[in-house]
Amino acid sequence: MSRTVRRQRVPIALLVPAGLGLAFLVLPLAGLLLRAPWTTLPGRLTEPGVLTALRLSLVTATVATLLCVALGVPLAWLLARVEFPGRRLVRALVTVPLVLPPVVGGVALLLVFGRRGLIGSWLDETFGVTLPFTTAGVVLAEAFVAMPFLVIAVEGALRGADPRYEEAAATLGAGRFTTFTRVTLPLVAPGVAAGAVLCWARALGEFGATITFAGNYPGRTQTMPLAVYLALETDLQAAIVLSLILLTVSVVILAALRDKWVGST
Amino acid sequence: MTAQLDAHLAAERDGFTLDVRLRIAAGEVVALLGPNGAGKTTALRVLAGLHPLTAGHLTLDGADLDRPDRRMWTPPERRPVGVVFQDYLLFPHLSALDNVAFGPRRRGADKRAARARAQEWLDRVGLGDQARRRPRQLSGGQAQRVALARALAVDPALLLLDEPLAALDARTRLDTRAELQRHLGAHPGATLLVTHDPLDALVLADRLVIVEHGRVVQEGDAATVTARPRTDYVARLVGLNLHRGRADGHTVTVGELTLTTADTVHGDVFVAYPPAAVALHPSRPEGSPRNVWAATVTGVQRHGDNLRVQLAGPVEVAADVRPAAAAHLGLIPGRPVWAAVKAAETRAYPA
Repeated sequence: MSRTVRRQRVPIALLVPAGLGLAFLVLPLAGLLLRAPWTTLPGRLTEPGVLTALRLSLVTATVATLLCVALGVPLAWLLARVEFPGRRLVRALVTVPLVLPPVVGGVALLLVFGRRGLIGSWLDETFGVTLPFTTAGVVLAEAFVAMPFLVIAVEGALRGADPRYEEAAATLGAGRFTTFTRVTLPLVAPGVAAGAVLCWARALGEFGATITFAGNYPGRTQTMPLAVYLALETDLQAAIVLSLILLTVSVVILAALRDKWVGST
Repeated sequence: MTAQLDAHLAAERDGFTLDVRLRIAAGEVVALLGPNGAGKTTALRVLAGLHPLTAGHLTLDGADLDRPDRRMWTPPERRPVGVVFQDYLLFPHLSALDNVAFGPRRRGADKRAARARAQEWLDRVGLGDQARRRPRQLSGGQAQRVALARALAVDPALLLLDEPLAALDARTRLDTRAELQRHLGAHPGATLLVTHDPLDALVLADRLVIVEHGRVVQEGDAATVTARPRTDYVARLVGLNLHRGRADGHTVTVGELTLTTADTVHGDVFVAYPPAAVALHPSRPEGSPRNVWAATVTGVQRHGDNLRVQLAGPVEVAADVRPAAAAHLGLIPGRPVWAAVKAAETRAYPA
């Protein structure tokens, strides 16, 4: 089979801004690669502080993503499948962290989960648990900003899935929860995966809410973005190396998952 | 014979009112036949518990499932009802085997027993060797049989089929219809078949219930319904001309027209005759036919080997003529002709 290749004419008025946009997105990354201290790279990579921050980042982003999936998928199901008064309001509220400056999110978290916060004081008195300035606090801050990505992706997938499959499951004897786990969830699995990847990437890069709510303690709450920011003040080379690592990890994991689940384009 | 299903279905949907009484005996296959939007699918959804009843009742196998007057309603997952959906709705992420095993599994069978039962049903519908396939790897006819096996694998007291052959091409439909007839015949419970295809209804069902605008307009066995239609829709379905009029012996007055019939009837009656019984003439015919009137051609369509001519006049009728005769008459819309029907070819019965 031969296909006739037709020359596509692209208007210059679209081509120029498109090219500029691409350059704007790619150039900073190229700059990062160009300025990287390649000769001293192996030594810097094995510095204990770097690995600690990297491990902390990966662990907290993953735990935050799991938390988002555990809470966000049922929330998305509720928004997509159950009619209740105020549903539009709830949907709007879910997206608030998306547009909220992360620092404001951190402050808000402090007010609620802080030692003297609404829930924080109760947690402290009853269980002796404090969340701010702990690794758990990092997870909380990351989950707060990343969850909307998951909820929006999963709700979209649920709305796209034919609800009549759920009716078919009901006629076969499946209750609503069984239908959800056996039919709905497998049908929207690609959407959940896509949402989880977005959520994880957002959690990995989280900065503002984390530094406000969890602080910047190496080994405990200092994630990679915080380490980059700190390094920038003292040692530019170190900041570049840390940025490169973060960039590599994100790209590798996104690419791997994209092929496996998300890749439909 | 006691009724396996005894239902009076009253429901509302998008400003549409359904009010249908249904009784189906065990082992009986009833076709719910009607035009699009008549409420067939709503009736099926109400029976399956996917749509609420506003009044009436639903009793299946001796148990009350729905009694709105007593605020009683059974959710779909607790009804002994199996459904074959129009586009089958096989779960795309499960193999054919697991699709069929889904029902038995939900109704308490352990995994191994459910799969054994599913395999048994796939064997029965002739798809034992396709058990591992995913729905998208099955042909339309195979998917239809898997859907049937899935619905039957839970031993439903009531089997519901929604246009089971509508999604198939003509060739597959023929084979699948014969296959389906065999399985419906073997089903010990009640079966309700929803369709707009009269052929499916006549071949598959023991009894026909015809609904229009959410109400039953006629019911009976195939012979009665095809011989004595009671609405224009049914008449069109079975290919008859139908008029309603007042009879006095052998004459029936239909509007301005007086028809002579072979049957002796009195009062409000229907008169029915096939389009082939209508002869067309360029001028008023002399001789035997007593039912003659002037008409105007409004349309001509191919119908089998003949042409079906739609006529306007004192009554609207369809006439079948041979192509040669049509050419001779010059049948184009607007053409005036004379229509004649022999009394012996009409049938009159009380309305």
